[in-house]
Amino acid sequence: MSISLGALPIAEASNLLAAREQMAFTLAFHIVLSCLGVAFPAIILIANYKGWRQNDSDAMELARRWSKVMAVTFAVGAVTGTVLSFEFGLLWPEFMKRFGSVIGVGFAIEGIFFFTEAIFLAIYIYGWKRLSPKAHFWTGVPLLITGLGGAFSIVAVNSWMNQPQGFTLDAAGKVTDTDPVKILLNPATGYEVPHMILAAYIVTGMLVASVYAVGMLKGRRDRHHRLGLLIPLTVALALAPVQFMVGDTAAREVADKQPAKFAGMECIHKTGRDQTEYLGGRCTSTGVKGGIGIPGLDSFLVGFSTNTKVTGLDAFPPKNRPPANTLLHLAFDFMVGVGSAFIALGAWVAFVWWRKRDIPRTVWFLRIISVCGVAAVLTLWAGWIVTEVGRQPWIVQGYMRTADAVTPANGIWYSLAIVLVLYTALGTTAILVLRRMARRWRERGPEVEQGTPYAPPVETVSGAR
Amino acid sequence: MSEADIAAGILWFGATAYALFGGADFGGGFWDLLAGDAATGERPRALIQRSLTPVWEANHVWLIFILVVLWTSFPKAFAAIMSTLYIPLALAAVGIVLRGAGFAFRKEIEGLAGRRAAGATFALSSVLTPFFMGAVVGAIATGGVPASGDGDPISSWVGPAPLFFGVVFVATGAYLAAVLLIGDAARSGAKDMERYFARRAIIASVGAGVAAAAGLVDLHANGRYVYDRLTSEALPLVILSALCGLAVLLLLIRIKHRWIRPLAGATAVSVIWGWGVAQFPYLLPTSLKINEAAAPDPTLTTVLVVFLAAAVIVLPSLALLYTLSQRDVVGEVDR
Ligand code: HDD
Ligand code: HEM
Ligand code: HEM
Repeated sequence: MSISLGALPIAEASNLLAAREQMAFTLAFHIVLSCLGVAFPAIILIANYKGWRQNDSDAMELARRWSKVMAVTFAVGAVTGTVLSFEFGLLWPEFMKRFGSVIGVGFAIEGIFFFTEAIFLAIYIYGWKRLSPKAHFWTGVPLLITGLGGAFSIVAVNSWMNQPQGFTLDAAGKVTDTDPVKILLNPATGYEVPHMILAAYIVTGMLVASVYAVGMLKGRRDRHHRLGLLIPLTVALALAPVQFMVGDTAAREVADKQPAKFAGMECIHKTGRDQTEYLGGRCTSTGVKGGIGIPGLDSFLVGFSTNTKVTGLDAFPPKNRPPANTLLHLAFDFMVGVGSAFIALGAWVAFVWWRKRDIPRTVWFLRIISVCGVAAVLTLWAGWIVTEVGRQPWIVQGYMRTADAVTPANGIWYSLAIVLVLYTALGTTAILVLRRMARRWRERGPEVEQGTPYAPPVETVSGAR
Repeated sequence: MSEADIAAGILWFGATAYALFGGADFGGGFWDLLAGDAATGERPRALIQRSLTPVWEANHVWLIFILVVLWTSFPKAFAAIMSTLYIPLALAAVGIVLRGAGFAFRKEIEGLAGRRAAGATFALSSVLTPFFMGAVVGAIATGGVPASGDGDPISSWVGPAPLFFGVVFVATGAYLAAVLLIGDAARSGAKDMERYFARRAIIASVGAGVAAAAGLVDLHANGRYVYDRLTSEALPLVILSALCGLAVLLLLIRIKHRWIRPLAGATAVSVIWGWGVAQFPYLLPTSLKINEAAAPDPTLTTVLVVFLAAAVIVLPSLALLYTLSQRDVVGEVDR
């Protein structure tokens, strides 16, 4: 299929573009499911715990349904993740040839977490009937650790691409020695890993909460929906301020260690002190157009003084500058904007809870929550765009250009087209299937009413505690 | 033995596990595909579904394991394979997506038409995926992948041996699955299903044997290094595999199903290690040796340490999962 394409000059010239688009698209798809893989078990276990220890049948039913949702999302996550592993080789063979032994360190460790995750998830999801409530709950607990460990080992790889260290190159550019600890614990790991893990919890919490907010807007205001909204929303909102602090640290680290990326994000052309911070706007060759400027703030955010010197794009030759600065700039502002909005939302909910011991019941509150899921996912993507596009033209900052990493094979446009069709079908079917499941549950009513989900009847269960 | 050889051993361990467990999963899909229309196929399909559901994701991780160990320990070989065999590999990746999604969706979809579509997707891709993987292995064994990479994207794998190996992979998976399902049928007391899968196990084992022999004939012409070693150093393993295969066949014909699972497993395991011995010391016969492709030592040590940790953490967990699912403690919940 790819041979005929060789004749077309366009295919030759833009192989790199196609490969980038394909990588970005498949990663963006996978990352949403990874978030669920990292954080959903925790939210399910909170509901499960409440159901188990407080004999709360609504909570138990939520845990049960969520675990079935997770059976579907996990499968989609597993297959899309596998595609990513193939793509490393199929799209970026030169990168893998040179640095496979370096980035492999993280992925090898990841293997353990994938295994344990797949195993215990299966036991948890398919163990509702026969395991005792206690045993069942505990088979879910390893998933908390595998989520954190998995996120650590993969995101550490990405951090390494941003701040590479822990390897020796010979004159030909071949890796002759590696230091696994230094590779994993590179300086960017310190902020990227916690930032991503927090993002996973925020995205998952908001996605789940938004589903129940939509339900409540449709008039389903029972306790089941209230709990289904409250548990995940609390998780997401409680973490939003922490996320802000980690993100703020990340921004300062990027300004320090990847100044070209930072200059792109903030659209700073001239190195200097007293830099203006722009909110929104287009990044043109003469600076930001159409944004709101706050004089001195950018310098202040980087070094806590308006006198701080901030490196501009002029410090780098054009071939070392990130592309698409407007995209970078808006993506960054969007992330910070939504992150701050989540904090404000958290303050509102906390205030109402303090006064009324309840969540706000207004339609506006529910409307806001119902878009928070999508907003959180867009924020997640925005953050990754900042990280990945901002690193360009480097695939490994300072060591390897993306253009040198790409496969010479032709036909990437074809594979991109196939991937687009396949993933669109995959995503659509997954959403349809989940909606069908929800409708089925609504029509059949809570299964808990027919007894606890566990095989032993309630009496023996309480005796076992 | 160098650290690189140990890493290669770990790679082969992963390949063995994937062939056994992943292979049996693919085989389940194969029998699903051939189970006939909705009415006739209902019972075998239900049995397949029940045995696969809790374990397929864990089994699938072995593939990730292979990919990761390969690119970490032997980055040069990984790049060479990927940049040469990208067509069958991309097709296998597409197959993996369709298969996993088809399987996961099938049981949640209501309505016959939707279920059929998802089921067909699952079953068809269960055949195509191992076929392309087999073709990849065949292409490597016949020397289709040059060490420098960027080999011919077509002629490297479109040849008798790679294509026969594709068939061997499909047939072996079908064989392992049928043998596994005999036991599962027996456990649920379905005598007719036991016979059903016993017949199919016999057919599959003959099919796998014939395709393997045909592949060997072509190897004689086009993969001389591997052929010569298969018939010398690796011969004991080849013979062992043939003997185990024959034993299973006899037991199946005489309807004695007691030892068939381990024996069928041994058929596959010995042939995989036979292939490994036949390739030794090459990773890509005959252009890239294990040592030449190896990553720096600290990385190899990491792989080894991770492997030992996995042996301590993952293997017991896997055993727990299989035990629980064999005892029906974990199994599909009613929807
Ligand atoms: C729900 C998600 C979410 C939220 C609310 C935020 N972020 Fe974020 N951000 C991400 C999700 C994310 C991410 C998971 O998409 C990234 C991409 C890479 C990474 O480690 O995290 C990211 C990257 C990222 C980077 C780039 C790091 C790099 O290139 O190495 C910076 C500077 C920030 N973030 C800063 C912030 C600030 C100041 C926030 C204030 C509220 C914020 N983020 C909220
Ligand atoms: C280039 C990057 C990535 C690659 C190559 C990759 C690879 C994979 C693979 C092969 C799987 C399947 C494992 C299985 O079968 O169980 C998977 C699943 C998963 N990945 Fe990724 N992944 C990548 C990025 C990420 C990121 C950034 C995260 C999160 C922080 C992540 C988290 C997960 C999780 C939690 C799962 C479990 C499945 C799920 O819940 O959806 N991955 N990934
Ligand atoms: C932690 C795991 C990740 C790893 C190891 C990783 C690795 C890579 C690699 C190897 C490339 C191709 C080379 C390059 O363009 O520099 C790439 C590009 C890209 N990735 Fe990531 N990535 C990760 C997570 C993500 C996520 C979750 C997204 C989500 C949107 C993402 C977005 C992109 C984009 C947009 C590009 C294209 C950049 C461009 O060419 O302009 N990445 N990534």
